Amino acid sequence: MGDAVAIATGVVKRFAGLAAPALDGVSMTICTGGVTGLVGPDGAGKTTLIRILAGLMAADEGDIAVLGQAPGEELADLGYMPQRFGLYEDLSVEQNLTLYADMRELPDDEREATFARLLNFTDLARFRDRMAGNLSGGMKQKLGLACALVKRPRLLLLDEPGVGVDPISRRELWAMVQELTADAHYGGMGVLWSTAYLDEAEKCDRVYLLNEGKLLFEGDPAELTGSVADRVVRLTGFAQRRRRLLTEMLDREGVIDGTIQGRSVRLLLDREDRLAGDSGFQLAPATPRFEDGFIERLGGGPKGTSRLAEAYREVPADSGKAIVARGLTKTFGDFTAASDVSFEVPYGTIFGLLGPNGAGKSTTFKMLCGLLTPSHGECAVAGHDLRTSGGKARAALGYMAQKFSLYGDLSVAQNLDFFAGAYGLTRGGARDAIARVTEVFELGDVLKVNAGTLPLGFKQRLALAAAVMHEPPVLFLDEPTSGVDPVTRREFWTHINGLVEKGVAVLVTTHFMEEAEYCDQITLIYRSQQIASGTPDDLKQQAADMAALDDPTMEDTFIAMIEASDAQREAGEAAA
Amino acid sequence: MSAGQIDPRRLRAMVVKEGVQILRDPSTILIALALPVLLLFLFGYAINLDNARTHIGLAVQDDSAAAQSLALAYQHSPYFAVTTARTVAPLRARMIAGEIRGIVVIPQDFGSGAARGHRPPIQIIADGSQPNAANFTTAYARGVAQTWAAQEAEAAGLRAPLPTDMSLRFWYNPSLASRNFLVPGAIAIVMTMIGTLLTSLVIAREWERGTMEAMMATPMRMSEFLISKIVPYFLLALASMAMCTLLATLVFGVPLRGSLPALLLLTVAYLMPALGQGLFISAATKNQFVASQIALLSGFLPTFLLSGFLFEIASMPKWIQAITYIVPARYFIPALQTVFLAGDIWAVILPAVACLLGFGAIFFLLCFRSTRRSLDK
Repeated sequence: MGDAVAIATGVVKRFAGLAAPALDGVSMTICTGGVTGLVGPDGAGKTTLIRILAGLMAADEGDIAVLGQAPGEELADLGYMPQRFGLYEDLSVEQNLTLYADMRELPDDEREATFARLLNFTDLARFRDRMAGNLSGGMKQKLGLACALVKRPRLLLLDEPGVGVDPISRRELWAMVQELTADAHYGGMGVLWSTAYLDEAEKCDRVYLLNEGKLLFEGDPAELTGSVADRVVRLTGFAQRRRRLLTEMLDREGVIDGTIQGRSVRLLLDREDRLAGDSGFQLAPATPRFEDGFIERLGGGPKGTSRLAEAYREVPADSGKAIVARGLTKTFGDFTAASDVSFEVPYGTIFGLLGPNGAGKSTTFKMLCGLLTPSHGECAVAGHDLRTSGGKARAALGYMAQKFSLYGDLSVAQNLDFFAGAYGLTRGGARDAIARVTEVFELGDVLKVNAGTLPLGFKQRLALAAAVMHEPPVLFLDEPTSGVDPVTRREFWTHINGLVEKGVAVLVTTHFMEEAEYCDQITLIYRSQQIASGTPDDLKQQAADMAALDDPTMEDTFIAMIEASDAQREAGEAAA
Repeated sequence: MSAGQIDPRRLRAMVVKEGVQILRDPSTILIALALPVLLLFLFGYAINLDNARTHIGLAVQDDSAAAQSLALAYQHSPYFAVTTARTVAPLRARMIAGEIRGIVVIPQDFGSGAARGHRPPIQIIADGSQPNAANFTTAYARGVAQTWAAQEAEAAGLRAPLPTDMSLRFWYNPSLASRNFLVPGAIAIVMTMIGTLLTSLVIAREWERGTMEAMMATPMRMSEFLISKIVPYFLLALASMAMCTLLATLVFGVPLRGSLPALLLLTVAYLMPALGQGLFISAATKNQFVASQIALLSGFLPTFLLSGFLFEIASMPKWIQAITYIVPARYFIPALQTVFLAGDIWAVILPAVACLLGFGAIFFLLCFRSTRRSLDK
């Protein structure tokens, strides 16, 4: 990489009311000619660092030089895209560009050419006169990028450009930024890309891994990935249920981390030969990932046994299907949000609803919760038809969304009290349930703390605790772990896996591909239609055949299927 | 505050952007152009504070011809609806019940006293719980008696030996049509709505939508940002003022005795504190909901209640009277009424303009101090 355009040394930032500093002695250098990744879970301090570099916040300690000056001095040469893109939704695409061009003092004679190039580059030329508020999430993000690029910045700061958009848009944006760094027109530009997606970290030229305000790693991402090479293995061909095998393996000494990947179990070991001589499965090396290195730096994942599951009641196995959806259709006016969605979820399994934003998975989810009435079709939860006995159906399910499901200005104890009441537990039942989840999730020390000020990991636990207090046989999870650190995510899925072994049925919506790997069955929803269904391995196989991919990841699979669906639709439209 | 020159191109771009946003937002247009019409019609037609045909009681304790003639004068007065009784007692009960606003007592020796050359005074009792109405009632009741006395004297061919020779006339609004002073007041309310209520939302909205953050990362100066917020709303308010003035004079027949420059000067002066207050609220709260509530409580309600628009300041408790001195509308409304009803009386207008500009300077200072280029609290 080239010259340093931003150098930060020993940056410390504290916020009033929070004990731990948001940034604790962070140093970083952003160079031209490549993408510098700022990687870490939500709450790691990424946004704070970017805002300090952009001159929007003052650091409490440390030295910072941006383009050779104090932050906030060289703003004409700075491109900054905040998390919410900074677009005026009631201005058109062109008016937004014009405004930013005026703000950044782009000369008039360069304007026409620049706009044409950026609109072409972002594929927004067709939408020049459309209000920014009427663009899709992916298009807003591209417009945000175009606005940040309007004056050929020497430093481009992108704050989580991939958040809240689907994998396809995310990939497109990545390709665009990659192209920029190679483009002679933008030569000499340094790019900082912040992300919570660890797979994006692997693609950066240089990475700064941030966790709870501290720098865990800096350097070439391959270096971190390389540090776990040969120690990542895949187990196949075993007779047990895979969740049980994973639990067993995680409880063994020398197993640092483990996840389910379709029908196989993937493990990170402390020594290459840790499982040598074991029988009952086949052992094969697996591709090491950046995340493996991250987990190791965090001290490894949690053990395999879930105390929540151990204390949970056994859900009777012979009570029919947990969730049934038949021909679910929802129309809003002449817009069809979900069309003819059908599936069944037996007890003791995990079912995944996947799809880009706006595809219809939330609509389907809301119909199953009884929050929306289907226009056609029927659905039942735990044997209760949502139309005739919605109350009973809702009492049988626990609902957890990673965002919005807690009251931030109530204490942990008050939240638990509230949800116990909301789920209709008796006073004695509530007391027992609260005592149980407090113990299982180790919430004892934070009972009096306001939920809003908890670290993300605790919020995650509290949200799950609130959802399972009444021991429901069915669990609905809406984007349950997006943005949390991998250890917290492991911990979460350890509980879910344990509950599933107790017979609980789980429905999960996600666009986070790793969560999809935990599912027994997946259905992919796109443009309100179910475009594919099957086990994760089936879908990967289908995608491999369709797009001639070798060992595709879940994300490759997702993208291949959506692209195939688009191609099919376009062919159909062309024929008609 | 970031120092440095204001760049005309950036400023123009921001003003244009703000203007486009105003034009695209139906609620802004509604508040600026439709609401004034509604308010003016409300105060022009529906609400009537005129005291025509005030109900009063008349206690006629004397049977002389003079007493009967005076009683008749009250009964024939176009201003009063009269209930007659022999004594005060039954009338007092009706006054407590709120059925009559005042009592005129014609004493026992009214006729015989006159014959002796010394006429006893009539007594006028008014309901002081409604000071405005009480003032009008006593004034008019007196007027009737004086007119009657003058006519009596003329009939007798000699000047009446009245203890005081007083004649009462209401200037500038001779028929005392409340519309004439309510409509200028309503215009002040409209100016407050646009100046304070609408602008209280504009900076908060940028914070809430995350555009503030993006703008602060451009070379934009905070002074440019603030000016870009002021200019469009200033123009919008002037347009609204023009519309209100046309409506007031053409539709409601409110006279405009002063000059247009005086009206413009006064309006511009009032918009300074109004806009400054709105922007300060917006910059300080960074939240549209909180900002609108504060603007309502600190801008709109005082203009309504503490400016002398609906309630007379002189009849308020002393400590509330003290508070009214920091309500800009208190200076604006009387001056505006003066321009409409009396004319360019600079002795009234100029001090008001000076006070308003002073308030404006204070608000703008606060505003610039609370708008820093930083996300730190």
